[in-house]
Amino acid sequence: MKKGNWYLTVGCILTGIIAAFIVMGFIWTPYDPTAMMTGPKFSPPSLEHLMGTDNFGRDIFSRVLQGAGSTALIALCTVFIGAFVGVGIGAVTGYFGGIVDEALMRFNDALTAFPSVLVALVIVGVLGGGKYNVIIALGIVFIPSFARVTRTAFASLRNVNYVKSVRLMGAKPARIICLHMLPNTLSVLLPAITIGFNNAVLAEASMSYLGIGIKPPDASLGYMLSEAQGMLTLAPWYALFTGGVIVMMIFAVGLIGEGLQRYGKEGM
Amino acid sequence: MKKRITAAVLSALMLMGALTGCGTKTETPKSDTPQTETNGERANEISVGIANDLSESLNPLKTGYTAGTREVMFNVFEGLMKLKPDGNLIPAVAESYEVSDDGLTYTFKIREGVKFHNGDTVNAQDVAYSIEQCKTPDETGAMAEPALQMIEKIETPDDSTVVFTIDHADGEFLNYLTVAVVPDDYTEQDTKPVGTGPFKFQSRTAQEAVVIERFDDYWGEKAKLDKVTFKIIENGDSMVLSLQSGAIDYCNHLPTIQATQLKDEFNIVEGSMPLIQALYLNNNVAPFDNELVRQALSYATDRRQIIDIAFDGYGSVVGSSIYPTLGKWFDESLSELYPYDVEKAKELLTEAGYPDGFNMTITVPSNYPQHVDTAQVLADQYKAIGVNVEIQPVEWAAWVSEVYKGRNFQTTITGVDAHYPTARAMMERFMSEHGKNFINYNNEDFDRLMTEAIASGDDAQRTELYTEAQRNLAQHAANVYIQAPADLVAVRKGLEGVNFYPVSALDMASLYWAE
Repeated sequence: MKKGNWYLTVGCILTGIIAAFIVMGFIWTPYDPTAMMTGPKFSPPSLEHLMGTDNFGRDIFSRVLQGAGSTALIALCTVFIGAFVGVGIGAVTGYFGGIVDEALMRFNDALTAFPSVLVALVIVGVLGGGKYNVIIALGIVFIPSFARVTRTAFASLRNVNYVKSVRLMGAKPARIICLHMLPNTLSVLLPAITIGFNNAVLAEASMSYLGIGIKPPDASLGYMLSEAQGMLTLAPWYALFTGGVIVMMIFAVGLIGEGLQRYGKEGM
Repeated sequence: MKKRITAAVLSALMLMGALTGCGTKTETPKSDTPQTETNGERANEISVGIANDLSESLNPLKTGYTAGTREVMFNVFEGLMKLKPDGNLIPAVAESYEVSDDGLTYTFKIREGVKFHNGDTVNAQDVAYSIEQCKTPDETGAMAEPALQMIEKIETPDDSTVVFTIDHADGEFLNYLTVAVVPDDYTEQDTKPVGTGPFKFQSRTAQEAVVIERFDDYWGEKAKLDKVTFKIIENGDSMVLSLQSGAIDYCNHLPTIQATQLKDEFNIVEGSMPLIQALYLNNNVAPFDNELVRQALSYATDRRQIIDIAFDGYGSVVGSSIYPTLGKWFDESLSELYPYDVEKAKELLTEAGYPDGFNMTITVPSNYPQHVDTAQVLADQYKAIGVNVEIQPVEWAAWVSEVYKGRNFQTTITGVDAHYPTARAMMERFMSEHGKNFINYNNEDFDRLMTEAIASGDDAQRTELYTEAQRNLAQHAANVYIQAPADLVAVRKGLEGVNFYPVSALDMASLYWAE
C-alpha cells in the first residue's frame, strides 16, 4: 500500500467491533431478548441493564444485540441476492449489448422508476410479512442498481485491447466475463456493494418501522425504533440507543466503501 | 475543526434538552388554552380530542354509523328511551309507556313540549317515521337496526301516542327504542343533523372538527357547558402534545403509556370499555376444536400479568363474554374459573394428546397496539407449557376480510363489543348458525339456552337463561377470555362530571368547570 488509507482502516475496525457484538448476540445475550419483566419497566441505563428496559421490562441491550443481528442478516442476504442477480444481468447485457441489452435495461428502468421501498411494499403485500419475505422483496428491489453499475463497467471494458485479444484467441464469452473482465470491475463493484449494504440496512429499518418487516416479539432495529417512538418521553434512551446503533453500522460500512473507492482510484 | 466539534456537541445537548423538556414540563401556556379568560373567568366551553373523523353522513338512521360517530352524536340525538350511565333505561322523548299483559303491545305517551333543535315540536308521526326508517333496508340491503324487524305494526292514534305491536314477547325490546327520533319532514339530516338531545349540532369541518352547542329548550336537565369542540387528531403522539399544549381538555381511550405521561398534569379517570378482549379461538380448527386444549390455554393464561405488563394494571379480568358494566347479566365468579395454573394446563394438554405442546399462530390487527402487546405477553406465557406462538400482525382491512368474515385463522386477539347493552347483543353471535359467529362455536346447549332466552317473555327467567349461556361459554372455554379493558380518560384539572356508559358514548352534558 502506497499511503495509509485511514478510511479503510477505521471502517474495518468499527465494522469488526460491530460484527463481534452481532456474533456475540447470536451466541449469548445478557437476558433473553423476548423475556418480559427482567427488571422494572422503563428503567434507565444501569449496570444490570446497560441500555435500560422497555415497556415490557425487556432488556434493551439484549434486544439491540439481537435486533442488530437480524438487521445485518437481512441486509447481507439482500445485498447477496441483489449483487448476484444484478451482476449477472449487468455482465451479460454489458458484454453482448444489442437487443438483449435494450430489453433488459428498459425493464430495469421501469423498476427503478418506482421508489424502491414502494416496490418492496408491494412484494411484501403479495408474499406476506416476515423475515424471509422481506429479504426476497428487498433483494429484488436491489437488483436494478447492481445491474446498471455492472453493465456500465462491462460496456466500457468490452472493447479494450486485452479483452479483444482473449476473444481472438478463441475464449468463450463465459470465460472472458468471469475470469478476465469481472476482476477488473471489482474497484467499481465493491464500493457499490458497501453502499448497497447501507441502503439495505436503512430499507429494512424503514420497512420494519412501518410494521411490515420483522414480526413481534422478534427484534430488529427498525421495529424497535417504531416501538421507541411511542415512549420517547418515558424512555428516551430506547430511541437513542437503537438509532445510534443504526447510525454506527452505516457509518462503519460507509467508511469502508469510501476507503475502497479511494483505494481503487489510487490503484488505477 | 475544533469549532465544528463544539458546535456538534452543543446541538446534540440542545436536542436532548428538547427531548427531556417534553417529559418534565408542568405548566401549560395559558395563551394557547381555548378557555380564554374573560373578566377573570374562563369561557364555559371545552375542546375534546377524538381519534377518527365521523361517518360521512351524520344521519343516525343510516347504516355505517361508526362507534366513534355514535360517541359524539350521543349528545345530539335521543330516542323514546335513553340510557343512563348505570345501564338503566329511562323514558326520554317518551314520558311513559305501558306494556300489554302478553308483552306484545307497547303504548308510548310522548312527553309534552319536547322540541327538535330546529324549533319544531316532536309528535307521534316523527317517532313512527324514525323507527320505520331504521327497519327499512337502504340501497345495499342493510338496515340501521335489524332487531326492529320484530315490530309488526306501528300505529299513531293521536299526536302524542305511539303503539308498537311486536311478533313475540321480548323484554329487551325497549333497548332498541334508544334509536334516534328525528323530524319526519327534515331533509338535511346528513350534513346538519337535528335531534332532541341536550346539545345541538353547530358545524363540521371534515378531517378537522365538529362543534356542538347547548340546546336551551332541552326538556330535561340542561347541559352545563355552552359549547364543545371535537377536534380530530389521528396520531396518538399529537394527541398527547395537544393535551399538554392546552389545545384540548379531554380525551378518552388513551393507551396506558400515554396516560402515564399525562398523570401529573391531568386527572386520569378510569372507566370500563364496553367490550371483551380475548384470545378468540377458531373452534373449527385443530387443535382448538379440542375442548381440553382450549381449557389448557385458559389455565396457562396469567390475566393479571397481561393487565399489569401491557395495560399498567388498568382493566378488569373477565371469564366470559359479558363485561362488568352489563350489571345484572355479569357473573363475576367466572373470572376465577381458570386460575393461572401451569401444571394443570400441562396435564390437560397431555390428556388431549399434546404432551410436548404445539405451534400456533395469533393473528392480530396491527393498528391496535394494545392487542399486539397482549399477543407478545401471551407468547411469553405459553412458552411455559411448550406452546410456540407465532404472532401475525395484519392490516385492519385484511383482518376483517380474512379473520372476521373469512374465518380463516387459528386464533386472534381483538375486542368484541355490542351496539346495545344487552346480553343478547353480546352473546347471540356465538350461536352455531349466526352470521357473525367468527369463532365457529358450535354447542347445542348454548343454542338452546339462547333461543329460549330470546323468546322468553319473563324477565327473571331470561336473565337466568343468559347467565347459563355465559357459563356455557366459559366452561367449554369457547375463547381464552382476558379482560374488559379500562377506558382511560385524560381530563383537564378543574373539569368534572365524567360519565361512562355501557355503550359507546361521550356524554358532554354532565361536564362542568368546578371553581
